[in-house]
Amino acid sequence: MEHYNMNLTLKVWKQKNKNEKGRFETFNVKNISSEMSFLEMFDVLNEQLVAEGKEPIAFDHDCREGICGMCSMYINGRAHGPWHHTTTCQLHMREYKDGDTIVVEPWRANAFPVIKDLVVDRTSFDRIIQAGGYISVNTGNAVDANALPIDKQRADESFAAATCIGCGACVAACPNASAMLFVSAKVSHLALLPQGEPERKMRVVNMIEQMDKEGFGSCTNIGACEAECPKGISLENIARLNREYIGATFSGSAQHE
Amino acid sequence: MTLNSKIPAGPLETKWEKYKSTCKLVNPANKRQLEVIVIGTGLAGASAAASLGEMGYKVKAFCFQDSPRRAHSIAAQGGINAAKNYQNDGDSTYRLFYDTIKGGDYRSREGNVYRLASVSSNIIDQCVAQGVPFAREYGGLLSNRSFGGTQVQRTFYAAGQTGQQLLIGAYQALERQIALGNVKMYSRHEMLEIVMIDGKARGIIARDLVSGKLERHFGHAVLLCSGGYGNVFYLSTNAMGSNVTAIWKAHKQGAYFGNPCYTQIHPTCIPVSGDHQSKLTLMSESLRNDGRIWVPKEKGDTRKPNEIPEEERDYYLERRYPAFGNLVPRDVASRAAKERCDAGYGVGSSKQAVYLDFASAIMRYGKVEAGKKGVENVDDATIKQMGDEVVKEKYGNLFEMYEKITGEDPYKVPMRIYPAVHYTMGGLWVDYELMTNVPGLYSLGEANFSDHGANRLGASALMQGLADGYFVIPYTLGNNLADDIRTKAIPTDHPAFMAAEKEVSDRINRLMNIKGKESVESFHKRLGKIMWDKCGMARNAKGLQEAIEEIKALRKEFWSNVFIPGDINEYNPELDKAGRVADFIELGELMCVDALHRNESCGGHFREEYQTEDGEALRQDDQYMYVAAWEYKGDSNFELHKEELNYEVVHPSQRSYK
Ligand code: SF4
Ligand code: FES
Repeated sequence: MEHYNMNLTLKVWKQKNKNEKGRFETFNVKNISSEMSFLEMFDVLNEQLVAEGKEPIAFDHDCREGICGMCSMYINGRAHGPWHHTTTCQLHMREYKDGDTIVVEPWRANAFPVIKDLVVDRTSFDRIIQAGGYISVNTGNAVDANALPIDKQRADESFAAATCIGCGACVAACPNASAMLFVSAKVSHLALLPQGEPERKMRVVNMIEQMDKEGFGSCTNIGACEAECPKGISLENIARLNREYIGATFSGSAQHE
Repeated sequence: MTLNSKIPAGPLETKWEKYKSTCKLVNPANKRQLEVIVIGTGLAGASAAASLGEMGYKVKAFCFQDSPRRAHSIAAQGGINAAKNYQNDGDSTYRLFYDTIKGGDYRSREGNVYRLASVSSNIIDQCVAQGVPFAREYGGLLSNRSFGGTQVQRTFYAAGQTGQQLLIGAYQALERQIALGNVKMYSRHEMLEIVMIDGKARGIIARDLVSGKLERHFGHAVLLCSGGYGNVFYLSTNAMGSNVTAIWKAHKQGAYFGNPCYTQIHPTCIPVSGDHQSKLTLMSESLRNDGRIWVPKEKGDTRKPNEIPEEERDYYLERRYPAFGNLVPRDVASRAAKERCDAGYGVGSSKQAVYLDFASAIMRYGKVEAGKKGVENVDDATIKQMGDEVVKEKYGNLFEMYEKITGEDPYKVPMRIYPAVHYTMGGLWVDYELMTNVPGLYSLGEANFSDHGANRLGASALMQGLADGYFVIPYTLGNNLADDIRTKAIPTDHPAFMAAEKEVSDRINRLMNIKGKESVESFHKRLGKIMWDKCGMARNAKGLQEAIEEIKALRKEFWSNVFIPGDINEYNPELDKAGRVADFIELGELMCVDALHRNESCGGHFREEYQTEDGEALRQDDQYMYVAAWEYKGDSNFELHKEELNYEVVHPSQRSYK
């Protein structure tokens, strides 16, 4: 792999806090190595700003290995940037060349208000989980783990849905800012397991209700969510969610708590 | 103060059972009057907060991330151990206990480790009931693999993201308690002080990281589940935000710090690529099952790896440890890589890397496949293709991650790897009940020092975090809070709260007013370099003495020349980081003091002066078979307390992997 250095122009969204209006600001960075990660390039920019006595650009990140779901940048019109199945923290600078201009914005959705610059508030996702994204089992009540065999294919499908990292890229990518992919991943993860059966109907109804309350948009089958999801959560989950929801509301046995 | 570990008397197998059936209980009506604060929402914190909420305590949980689901337990790849013996391969509670004690190089407590091994099975049951999608066999039962060179298959896993799946299980249980009103969650909050009233921990001062406001919170008890402190080295596999601040504040309020110098360096991480490096990424230990580790036989060889013929390669682990080969424990593999690189045989542009090569595994698997399919006279290219498929099935996601980061294809060229800081066995000293020496103050998971001794085995961190949170603290907390049922919640305008808040606020003001020239990041990097060079994989008395002086000087410089932009009462990540780095600097000094005092090599602590003729770690059991618990006595002043370790069941021996 040949390494090289580059100079870049960055147009980054700056916004002081939730209440103030934001705008784009332009920055130049020099000598960025193709071996850096995208966030390391931001580290360089921020160190440069601090050296000039200015405030750095605020952005969310933690694990920097594509698993915690905390990083979130909308890069040249794409959630988590151009690489397929990749979070922003795993995007690397060899994607870019000398002289490129990169536009970076926060996730944009009513249900994700901006806290500062590129940092948004995603607690609406936590509240959707609170509405039913769990199996009600208290500590110490469990039977032996092998007492209930689960068909491998079902278990694997459940796992695939459970790999959602709750990053919110699906919402950012969707023109309607719908959270259907996120909700469908959790509903599928739990509905595919026998342990999730008792609360199956109540769960889907309550989670959808909470999703609407938070102000997420509705799903019009565009598919941008699946295309930008770093974990490859598939649209099949949304189809399953719809089936689960119809099943739950038509049978009349769904209850609210 | 004498350290009382409170290990129950009686035979090893019955200690915990006996404790559980005789400990004091709190009745449900009283639980509702008792408030508990939990700091951190990783496996230990989330499982503790959820379980205590279910039991009826009034819980407040805090994390610095935007959601409790982000805690760094999420990054654990390999798996979680449990003595289920589902594979019928002779595993038992005793074996898991024994392996953990031996792996820890005889520096942990028998009573604690036995309890850990015995609750391990319950953890798997609990997680499956919550819907954790562990890997399964075609028959529908749970699948296991062997991990870290153990002789049994006791590791449960969910592809390469076991930590993520377990944490989501605990997170969901926690969110359910939040919905029920039993737990109140404070995300984007950082704990900055413990409030002490009449000698007990009775609350905290926290900072809302969005508004910058300080808050006072009362608790009958405070549980610190804030994880490890590997970021003291700047570069580690920890998350960017992982920090020591919560337990360091507790230490300064009187809680002893146990074995601070015990650090685990993981042998297979992606090497540093340049000065810009912000963190290191682990490549799962399981790769060593099939990868062969080597360096060129000739110093400073600049040829590409594929141009170096077989006979000019040094497979140094196979050479030095014929019995275990590439599967020696983490500490041994890490030191051997460092030895080769220091001697000038390292590879890659930095020369701080060794090769992890899958070529022979690929060809071997390819031949087996060809045989299975009954194809004869196939050329090497076809065999390689078949082998690639097998390797992809086993390690595909790891190979992909490697390629994303380095831009190199490990199916074609060997991976470059180097050891990196991964886990800290040290932490707050706690007794059998997970309580520190400060009444009312507890520590769980990686934040405490217990269970792993001087070296942790693979797939045991997840086990310990969940054991502490789900199965230990629900009993031990009640045993102590039973005496506190008459204590009413203390209003937070109590003078102790006011004083603690003022302390925190003064400190923040001091930091902001330094208005120096150097960034927080740059101080952190400089600290990391001192620690890595002089208190890293290999240590010696001279280097440690130098490090202590250098850290003292760095600290002075930090407090006179750090620059923090922005304001106090707003979202200000530079300020958050400054507070954490200030604590790391102080901790760094204590780690060096501890490493210097321990005149022996054991587990992750390798003192160059104490090694066998062929370079293996040499323990000094007659002098150092104790837990070093350090008391804070003011700036740069730490007093040593010893908790002797008594082995009643296992007989310590020299570890050998030859
Ligand atoms: S579904 Fe995909 S994009 Fe949406 S939150 Fe989950 S991981 Fe992120
Ligand atoms: S920082 Fe954790 S996924 Fe990107």
